[in-house]
Amino acid sequence: MKLTPLVAACAACVAFASHAETQLTVVNFGGANGNAQKVAYFGPFEKATGNKVVGVEYNGEQAKIKAMVEAKKVTWDVVEVESPDVARGCDEGLFEKLDYSKIGNKADFQPAAIHECGIGTFVWSTVMAYNGDKLKTAPTTWADFWDVKKFPGKRAMRKGARYNIEFALMADGVPVADVYKVLKTKEGADRAFKKLTELKPNIQWWEAGAQPPQFLVAGDVVMTTAYNGRIDAAQREGKNLKITWTGGIYDLDYWVMPKGTPNKDVALKFIAMASDTDAQAEYAKNIAYGPTNKKALAKLDAKVLGGLPTAPANAKTALQFNVGFWADQGETLEKRFTAWAAQ
Amino acid sequence: MTTTPITAIPGNLAVQLRRSQRRKKTFAISLTLPLLVFLLAFFIVPIGALLMRAIENPEVASTLSRTVAVLKAWDRTSAPPDTAYAAVIADLADISEQSDAGGLARRLNSEIAGGRSLVMSTYRALPFEANLSSAQVKARMLALDPRWEELGYWQAIAKNGSRWTPDYLLTAVDLKRDVQGNIVPVDAESAAFFNILIRTFSISAIVTLAALLLGYPLAYWLSTLSARQANILMILVLVPFWTSVLVRSAAWIVLLQNNGLVNRALLELGLISAPLPLLFNRLGVIIAMVHILLPFMILPLYSVMKSVPPTYLRAAVSLGSSPLAAFFRVYMPQTYPGMGAGGLLVFILSIGYYVTPALLGGADDQMLSYYVAQYTNVTVNWGMACALGAVLLSATLVLYALYRRIVKSELSLG
Repeated sequence: MKLTPLVAACAACVAFASHAETQLTVVNFGGANGNAQKVAYFGPFEKATGNKVVGVEYNGEQAKIKAMVEAKKVTWDVVEVESPDVARGCDEGLFEKLDYSKIGNKADFQPAAIHECGIGTFVWSTVMAYNGDKLKTAPTTWADFWDVKKFPGKRAMRKGARYNIEFALMADGVPVADVYKVLKTKEGADRAFKKLTELKPNIQWWEAGAQPPQFLVAGDVVMTTAYNGRIDAAQREGKNLKITWTGGIYDLDYWVMPKGTPNKDVALKFIAMASDTDAQAEYAKNIAYGPTNKKALAKLDAKVLGGLPTAPANAKTALQFNVGFWADQGETLEKRFTAWAAQ
Repeated sequence: MTTTPITAIPGNLAVQLRRSQRRKKTFAISLTLPLLVFLLAFFIVPIGALLMRAIENPEVASTLSRTVAVLKAWDRTSAPPDTAYAAVIADLADISEQSDAGGLARRLNSEIAGGRSLVMSTYRALPFEANLSSAQVKARMLALDPRWEELGYWQAIAKNGSRWTPDYLLTAVDLKRDVQGNIVPVDAESAAFFNILIRTFSISAIVTLAALLLGYPLAYWLSTLSARQANILMILVLVPFWTSVLVRSAAWIVLLQNNGLVNRALLELGLISAPLPLLFNRLGVIIAMVHILLPFMILPLYSVMKSVPPTYLRAAVSLGSSPLAAFFRVYMPQTYPGMGAGGLLVFILSIGYYVTPALLGGADDQMLSYYVAQYTNVTVNWGMACALGAVLLSATLVLYALYRRIVKSELSLG
């Protein structure tokens, strides 16, 4: 048969190829952030190592990782998780411990980025946003957000307690530095929910990060809480949406490896590459999330820097999300929010 | 004389008959066996596992066994004995897998906020120096974290010492066990689930009623048309039925938003002066759910109506009944099975609705399944998720039993 050598050659090729490259499954939250990661991390990693990266989107459900690890059938190699999930998942043994000698110098990163089970990959912020075409005077504080006389109309907030009760306390006059100190006490939590009740008839709740910019553009709400990257993405599309950075809550997202991933070495290589200076600078150019690698900041021009949550002007009045507080109080407060919403 | 064969033959026949019947029965059973196995593996077992998870409570019992034993004698109101402190440290030091410590921390944290950091910080600080007395261990623990003096954490440990707990199920109906184990209502500020259960059933009931009111005339009209026309119109019912729920929910956002099609049309007609709030509230959820579930009402109604002979209606009218009375007294009773089947189908489907309220509802329009998802995915408290599922399951079964009681007939889907 004429075909036989061809088939054999093909088979050899396939065998060789499958031997040489690993298919790495990297899981993120999709959206504008997912696209930026594709440009800055996935593409260059594939080019540099010859491995294939398959991007998967999820919605932050740690339950999926837990189910995989418990069933010992781990199909996700690298996962982007939010900060409370790094601590919680690490406690419960869901993640591999990171070997920092293979990633880089710990001192190059922001202190908050270093965790035994994960490394911070970007800084993002939950901020106040509004439509510059519709609102002539800019709201500057959370008290303005609560002021329905000065700014009549609906406000959109994330469905849940997280961030909202911090904003409520700031609107009630608690200084940024004291928010979590006040919130730790029973009276502080009462105060936050009482303040939230004031605004309740004017709140339109959002569920997904893509919704707040849509609400603003459609004119359904005058102001909203939003992830700064989503507003940035809408700005890139030419929408005149604006951010008020005062009292924004910034936090990190981390790369982790689910325990028992079969591609641990390649996964670690990916994390190392996604943490290096050039890749992180490239990422920040594609979406306004701040790099965790301090050296990457030097590679960005003033315009890009100005839009990042880590820019000094933006970070000056911001609140750092308190992971420990939410790991302890989250379940109780979310349940209280559910009861509060039903009242 | 002939008596023996006569009695013998029927006896023989009876045996043969029984044997052949048994063979038939075995054959019939073996035909249904794949289905039975399937049901067992993919329906009964998962539901059983769900119910088990709702009462399972292994975290404390398996890791803190010595502490639990010491705390048995404790009155739960005074300070715990020093030996309890020593027992906690001994137990924690014996946990070899960090995931077990994490599980314990999670369990205690869902019982009392702060339990997670208390357990994990202590676990990380181990081991202590050898040969400490109980009092010394206590002093070390208090130096490490003064919260070890608070009774709440000890009460949580003592309360969860057994492998099985009614706590998740109690929480799912807004009850709890107090320190001494008596069942009491939870504080007003965390009472949520009973309201949510009522909300779930009331939304489902409204949706079912609206679907019946809208679907009945349409199904009736369809049943009076010729087969050709009915088929064409049926496609209009079926095309949305085959479209994804997510897509249809998203489409309603486009239609109902402030400057969406509906509001803009009403504004331009001068019927309203400001846009109506149709979205992110109860109304939006109900509108979209009725639309999505309408085919489940129309199809059973249509198939029952097709089987009702039109001659009855004509006979009633020819005997002197007014057309309206004939419709309500002669025609409608014959469609009760369709109304029952359609109503039950829509009601049971809407009880479990998740995506539509999540996308189109506000914070107080979420149904029970939203919280099942939240406890499964976000909080990762699977006991609580299973308990809510169990409550939903049993409430549905009770309603179905009531339905059977009232309708007194088997469910017929046409």
